Amino acid sequence: MELVLSLGIGVLVASGVWLLLRPRTYQVIIGLSLLGYAVNLFIFSMGRLKSNAAPVVPGAEVDPSTFADPIPQALVLTAIVIGFATTALFLVVLLAARGFTGTDHVDGREPER
Amino acid sequence: MTDANLLLFLVLLPFAGSVAASLLPRNARNAEAWLSGLVALAAFTITAFLYPAVREGGVIRREAQWLPELGVNFTLRMDGFGWMFSVLITGIGLLVVIYARYYMSPKDPVPRFFSFLLAFMGSMQGLVIAGNLIVLAIFWELTSIVSFLLISYWHHNQAARDGARMALTITGIGGLALLVGLMLIGHIVGSYDLDVVLASGDKIRGHELYSTALVLILLGALTKSAQFPFHFWLPNAMAAPTPVSAYLHSATMVKAGVFLLARLWPVLSGTDEWFFLVGLTGMATLMLGAFYAIFQQDLKGLLAYSTISHLGLITTLLSLGSPLAAVAAIFHMINHATFKASLFMAAGIIDHEAGTRDMRRLSGLFSFLPITATLAMVASAAMAGVPLLNGFLSKEMFFAETLEKHHGSILDGLAPYAATIASTFAVTYSVRFIHTVFFGPKPVDLPHEPHEPPHWMRLPIELLVLICLIVGIVPSITIGPYLHTAVVAVLGSETPDYSLAVWHGLNTPLIMSVIALVGGTALYLALRRYLATCEDGTPFLRNLKGQRIFERILVTISWRWARWIEANLGTRRLQPQLRLVVFAAFVAGLVPLFRGGFRLPNVSFDGLDPTFAAFWAVGIVCALGAAYQAKYHRLAALILMGGAGIVTCITFIWFSAPDLAVTQLVVEVVTTVLILLGLRWLPKRLEEVDNSVRPMDRMRRHRDFGLAVICGVGMAILAYAMMKRPETDTIANFFLENAYSEGGGKNVVNVILVDFRGFDTFGEITVLGIVALTVFALLRRYRPAADSVGVPEQQRIQNMYDDARPDREIGSTVRDYLMVPSVLMQWMFPVIILLAAFLFLRGHDLPGGGFAAGVTMAIGFLLQYLGGGTRWVEDRLRILPVRWIAFGLMAAAVTGLGAWLFGMPFLTTYFQYTEIPLIGKVPTASALLFDLGVFSLVVGATVLILIALAHQSVRSYRVRASEAAKAEEDA
Repeated sequence: MELVLSLGIGVLVASGVWLLLRPRTYQVIIGLSLLGYAVNLFIFSMGRLKSNAAPVVPGAEVDPSTFADPIPQALVLTAIVIGFATTALFLVVLLAARGFTGTDHVDGREPER
Repeated sequence: MTDANLLLFLVLLPFAGSVAASLLPRNARNAEAWLSGLVALAAFTITAFLYPAVREGGVIRREAQWLPELGVNFTLRMDGFGWMFSVLITGIGLLVVIYARYYMSPKDPVPRFFSFLLAFMGSMQGLVIAGNLIVLAIFWELTSIVSFLLISYWHHNQAARDGARMALTITGIGGLALLVGLMLIGHIVGSYDLDVVLASGDKIRGHELYSTALVLILLGALTKSAQFPFHFWLPNAMAAPTPVSAYLHSATMVKAGVFLLARLWPVLSGTDEWFFLVGLTGMATLMLGAFYAIFQQDLKGLLAYSTISHLGLITTLLSLGSPLAAVAAIFHMINHATFKASLFMAAGIIDHEAGTRDMRRLSGLFSFLPITATLAMVASAAMAGVPLLNGFLSKEMFFAETLEKHHGSILDGLAPYAATIASTFAVTYSVRFIHTVFFGPKPVDLPHEPHEPPHWMRLPIELLVLICLIVGIVPSITIGPYLHTAVVAVLGSETPDYSLAVWHGLNTPLIMSVIALVGGTALYLALRRYLATCEDGTPFLRNLKGQRIFERILVTISWRWARWIEANLGTRRLQPQLRLVVFAAFVAGLVPLFRGGFRLPNVSFDGLDPTFAAFWAVGIVCALGAAYQAKYHRLAALILMGGAGIVTCITFIWFSAPDLAVTQLVVEVVTTVLILLGLRWLPKRLEEVDNSVRPMDRMRRHRDFGLAVICGVGMAILAYAMMKRPETDTIANFFLENAYSEGGGKNVVNVILVDFRGFDTFGEITVLGIVALTVFALLRRYRPAADSVGVPEQQRIQNMYDDARPDREIGSTVRDYLMVPSVLMQWMFPVIILLAAFLFLRGHDLPGGGFAAGVTMAIGFLLQYLGGGTRWVEDRLRILPVRWIAFGLMAAAVTGLGAWLFGMPFLTTYFQYTEIPLIGKVPTASALLFDLGVFSLVVGATVLILIALAHQSVRSYRVRASEAAKAEEDA
C-alpha cells in the first residue's frame, strides 16, 4: 500500500513541478493544484497508513494505538481549504495580469522570438 | 510600593501625554505647551518626591513579568545615578517646553513637535531607569527613533531629512551592536537584570567573551555620544529645531552613551582594553571636537562640536578607571547639560531675532539683546571653564585626574598636555562665540531688526545660568549632596573622598587652567582676522568630511553593489526564479538525508490491495494527462486534475480520514467551478505544428523535465521511507486520550481544530477572509483583455440559431438547455442546506464540521447561480457574503473572548451536558459556537470569491451594451 501511495505522490510532484516551470499561467495554476494534492497526501501519510481506524473515539477511555494519527489530518484539513483560497487568489491575479498586459505568459510579456 | 508604582508612572506619563498632544488641533500652541509643561512638571515633581528613597545608595525597583522564560522582565530600577539623570530629563524638559512655546512659529504643526518631544522624554526616562538590559536596549532604540523624527521635523528641508537619516543610520547601527553586546553580557552573567550584572564585574572581566562584548557595547555608546570617528552625525543633526538641539543633542540623548559607560563602569572598566579603546576615543574626540569648533561659522555648529568635545572629556574621564575620575565624569555630565542647554537656547534666540546663525554676518548684538547677551556670556564662560562657574570645577577635577598615573603608558603621559590644549581651544571658541556675536560694529543687512525676546522665552536660560553660577560658587552646599547620591549609586563602596571646593590652593591644575585661559584668548586674537571671513569648516581638514565618507559608503552599498547584484545575478523572468527555488528545495531535502546516513528502504509489496492500486493507476494517468494537456486543452486538463483530486479523496477514505475526504470532495467541486469561471477569460490557444522550436527551448524543456523527474522520484522515496518507519509515540496520544474528557467531542480531528488548536484555526479563517476580500477588491477594477470581451463562441452560435428561427427569441436556447438541471438544482437547494446543517451539527462527534459544512452550503448557493443565472438568483435571493465573513470572524472571536469572562485564557472551551426534552442529554460545547464562526466565514469567503468572478460576465455584458449604445449614438 505504501508503495502505491508513494508512487502516486511522486508522480503528482513530478507533474506539478513540470507544470510549475511552464510559461503559461494556466499551466502554473494546474501545477500548483497538483503539487497541493501531493503535499497534502505526504503530510497525511506522516501519520502512517491505517485502515478502518478513523480518529473518532468512543469516549474518555481509549487505546491510542487503535486510531489513526489525528494531527496530520487536522493540519491537512485546513490546508485543503486554504489551498482553495490561494488557488482563487492566483486565478484572479492571473486574470487581472492578463487584462493589464494582454498576455497569459508568466512574465507578463511574450518571449522575444 | 508607592515609590515603585511612581516609577512606572514616570515612564508612562510622558507617553500618554505624547498621545494626547498628537490629538490636539494643528495651531494649538498654548494648549500643547500647557499639556507638555504640566506633564514635564508632574514628572519632575515625582522625581523630586522619590529623592529620599534613593539617598545613601537606596534603590527603587518595580518588576513586571514579561518573558520570564528568557529572563527578560519589564524591570524599572532607580538609584541615585538614574535619579540624577531623571532630574536632568524632566527639569530641562520643562524648560525646553517653555522655550519651545515661544520658539515655534504659528505656522509649524505643533502637535507633531510636542508629541515627539514628550515621547522622547518618556523614552529617555525609560532608558535611565531601566533595570533590565533588554529593556534598556529597547528604550535606547526608542530614543534613536524619536530623535530621527525630531531632526526631520521640518521635513521640507533637505538638510533636515539628510541629517535625520544619517543620525538614525549611525545610532541605529550602534544600537544594534549594543543589543548584541548586552546580550553577550546577559549570556556571561546568566541574567539580564541590572542588579545581578552590576554585582558580577569579575566574572565579566574574566570571561573570554569580554573583549567582544566590550567592543560591541562601546560601539553603541560611542555612536550615541557622537564620539570620534562617529561624531559627524551630531553637527548634521543641528537641522533640528533649536529646542530639540538643546534638549536631545546637548543635554540628554547624547549623554545616553556616557550614561551607559558610567552605568557599566563598575563591571567593564579597569582593563587594558577599556583604557585604550575608551581613552583613545575620548582624547581624540576631546581635541578634535574643540579644534573643529573654532572654525565653525554656524552658531549651532560651533556648539555641536563643542558638545562633541565635552562628551569626549567625559569619555576620557571614564576611561581612566579611577573612582575620582568617575566622580568628575558624573559631575561634568550635570554641568555640561546646564550650560550647553542654555547656550543652545541663546543661539536659538539669536537666530530667531536676527534671522541668521552665520557668525560672519552677526556682530554687535549686545546693544540689541543686552540681557540675552549677558546670560550667554556667563554660560560661555562656564563652557570655557572660568572660575566661579560650574564648568570650572569639573574641569579642574579633570586636570587633576589627567596628572595622576593610571596606567603607566604613553597615553597617560600625554593626557595632561592633551587636556590643556583642548581646554585652550575651548576658551578660543567660547571667546569667539561671545566676541563675534555681541561685540564689534553694528550688524549690517540682517533679515530683521533684533530685539529682546518675550521674557518667558528667556526664563529657561536665566534659570540654567543661575544654576551654573550658584553651583560654581557654593558647590558643596548646593549640588554636593545630590552629586554624592549619584556617585554612591555608581561606585558603591569604592566611593572616594573628594571635595567640591572652588579654591584648592595654588596647584598644577590651576596653572593649567590659567595657561588655557590666557592661551585660548591669545589664539582667538591671532585667528580673529581669518575667522571673520573664512569659509565654513576646518582648515586642511575641510575636505575630509565624515559626512562625505558616510554618504559614499551608503551609495556604494545601497546603490552600486545592489545594482551590480541585481544586474548580474537577478532576473525579472519567473521561470528561472522558480527553477532555482525548486532546485534549492530539492537540494535542501537531499543534503540532510545524505548527512544523516539515509538508506533506501526495502521495497515490499506486502498487503497490496489491487483495488487501491487500480485507483492510483487512474490517478497517475490523470496527473500525467493534466500535465500534458494544460497548455492547449485547458478543459481536459481541468477534468484530469479533478480525477487526481478524486483519487486523493479516495485515499483519505481508505486510510481512516473521513473528515479530509468530505472536505476534499466539496472543495474539489468549488475549485472546478472556480477555474471554469476563469477559463472564460483566458486567450484561445490552438495547437500549432511546431517546427520552430529552437534548440535552446528544447534544452530548457529537457532540463525542466529532468528536474521534475528527480523531484518526483525524491519525494516518492522520501514518502515511502517515512511510511515504512515504525511508528513512535507522538503527541497524538495526548489528543486521542483527552479529546473527550477535555474537549467534549469524539471526533478528535474536529476537537483539535476548534479546541486544542483553536487559535491556529482562528488565524486560518482570518487568512481565508482576507483572501476572499482581496479577490473581491481585485475584481472590482478588473478589465478583461481585449480579445476576451466579446460574447463567447458557444453563446454566439446559440444566438445565431435563435436568430435564424422566427419562433425563437435570442437567449431561448441558453435558457432551455439548462431547464431540467435548473429545476433539479432548485429542488436540491433545501436538501443541500439540510446536508450542510447535518455535517455541521455532527462535526464535534462524527466526521463533518464547520469547514466541510461551510463549503457545502456555498455549493448550494452556487448551484442556484449555475442553474438560474446570476440575475435570476439575485432577483430572488440576497446573499451578503461580506456579512457572513464578518459574522464568522466575530462569532469565533467572541467565543474565544468569552473564556476571559471566566478567567480562562483566550479560546478555552466550555462544555457540559444539557438536558433537552425528548432527546435527552446532549453535550453542548462553546466550541460549537466557534465552529459556527468557521462555518459562516467559509460560506462567506467561498461565495464571495465565486460570485465576484461570476459577476464579470454580467459586467462585460453591460460594458458591451453601453459601447453598442454609444456607437449607435455616434452613427
